[in-house]
Amino acid sequence: MKAIITVVGHDTVGIISRVSAVLAARGVNILDITQSVLGDIFAMVMYVDIGSCTIPFTDLVDENEALGREIGVVIHTMHEDIFNSMHRI
Amino acid sequence: MLNTGDILETIQMIEREHLDIRTITMGISLLDCTADSLDTLCTRVYDKITRTTEQLVRTGEDIEKEYGIPIVHKRISVTPISLVAASCRSDNYIPVAQALDRAAKEVGVNFIGGFSALVHKGFTNADRVLLDSIPEALSTTDMVCSSVNVATTKAGINMDAIARMGDIIRRCAYLTRDNNSIACAKLVVFANAAEDNPFMAGAFHGVGEPESVINVGVSGPGVVRSAIANAGDCDLTALAETVKRTAFKITRVGQLVAAEASRRLNVPFGIVDLSLAPTPAIGDSVAHILEEMGLAHTGCHGTTAALALLNDAVKKGGVMASSHVGGLSGAFIPVSEDAGMIDAARGGYLTLEKLEAMTAVCSVGLDMIAIPGDTPADVICAIIADEISIGVVNNKTTAARLIPAFGKKVGDEIEFGGLLGSAPVMPVNTASPARFIARGGRIPAPVHSLRN
Repeated sequence: MKAIITVVGHDTVGIISRVSAVLAARGVNILDITQSVLGDIFAMVMYVDIGSCTIPFTDLVDENEALGREIGVVIHTMHEDIFNSMHRI
Repeated sequence: MLNTGDILETIQMIEREHLDIRTITMGISLLDCTADSLDTLCTRVYDKITRTTEQLVRTGEDIEKEYGIPIVHKRISVTPISLVAASCRSDNYIPVAQALDRAAKEVGVNFIGGFSALVHKGFTNADRVLLDSIPEALSTTDMVCSSVNVATTKAGINMDAIARMGDIIRRCAYLTRDNNSIACAKLVVFANAAEDNPFMAGAFHGVGEPESVINVGVSGPGVVRSAIANAGDCDLTALAETVKRTAFKITRVGQLVAAEASRRLNVPFGIVDLSLAPTPAIGDSVAHILEEMGLAHTGCHGTTAALALLNDAVKKGGVMASSHVGGLSGAFIPVSEDAGMIDAARGGYLTLEKLEAMTAVCSVGLDMIAIPGDTPADVICAIIADEISIGVVNNKTTAARLIPAFGKKVGDEIEFGGLLGSAPVMPVNTASPARFIARGGRIPAPVHSLRN
């Protein structure tokens, strides 16, 4: 199963590193990353494989959300199918 | 990989524009719960509902979290109780409503629909008992919703049933007079009621439905309003295209959630209801869509045309996005549940007569409208008869959910709180229709119902 993780917020040092560390610790493989900084707003979209994730997906959603609060960004972790169904026919 | 812009658009719709799945409603048949005694029936009803829907709320919450889309309500609809309880020969069905209420609370849903009767052609004995039980049933329970289908395009209009509804609605208002007459918010009078409607208060599990079924109602007025705002000063053809594209996206999410809930619960997928269902939250209003189109206030001339365009475009966009479309499918215009409608009614721009015209081009009807508490029963019956006629002649569902707020007069407000919102008490034309209503009988089906 694949998921999309989005990270949006004020740019600070180490955002990618902190998010990647959580994912690595849980066995989540990052397949693709796009990121941009517009002014001081940081926006990153990660495409990840959660097939080998060591915790239930709903727990990963909570962990990422908590990490986002800790580092001052908003992190959404969502099953890729919601985007596929909305934007692909 | 998906386009970043598409991903961020989806997140914006959810975060800022209130995109949500309004309800996952599980319909279950109670036809196998019939019994000679009311006590046995109530036990069977409670046991079957709690057993069958045990996982509903948990499953809904899991889907909500995994897909990141809020699912506002998890609800249950059941076979019309007048059919289920007919074998009991009891003279009141209030204990059945209380069993439904206990079951709903046990499994954690926020409404259960189906304390209903289908009387479009006439009453069975059980239908009479059910109608007599409605006021006490709704005033002694919290979660139970009731509906009465008084007409169909095929059968015509049962005016004897409508004549009884005026007193029943007033009694509901009186019994819950200390709580803004809230029982009336849980009672709908229908023409051409949909058997697979997932929305309350009118949901019930029709007799043509399977043993159990998952029906999903989508929402998203805020998303449509925002898309229209972004489209700028385009002409109405382009505007309709914008609404269609947006409705497609909204409905695809509904289809996804319905399919996933159906798979996880091992219950067949029924339909997706393509409705724009507002809430009182700012940015979640159907009235504000109409105003974004260019009306100064909802209710001004042009409102019916704007609503007709909106309703049609929502269906055209949604129908390709779902494998089965059903329920009510259209824009809802409940006054108390829509911030823009509340403002328009307060300002005097939106009248009962204009609302009636609007219901000819959208779903579902005169919905959540507060009227003075001293409105005579026959005037309430006549408002219902007018609304039901629109449905019967136009071959569509219409309904009336009126709240004759006890002790309140024009200019007062009633406050339900939560998604039921608040409503200004609207003026009613009280010239007497008493002689017309007292005639009773059936208004024959319109000639275009003869289609065979």
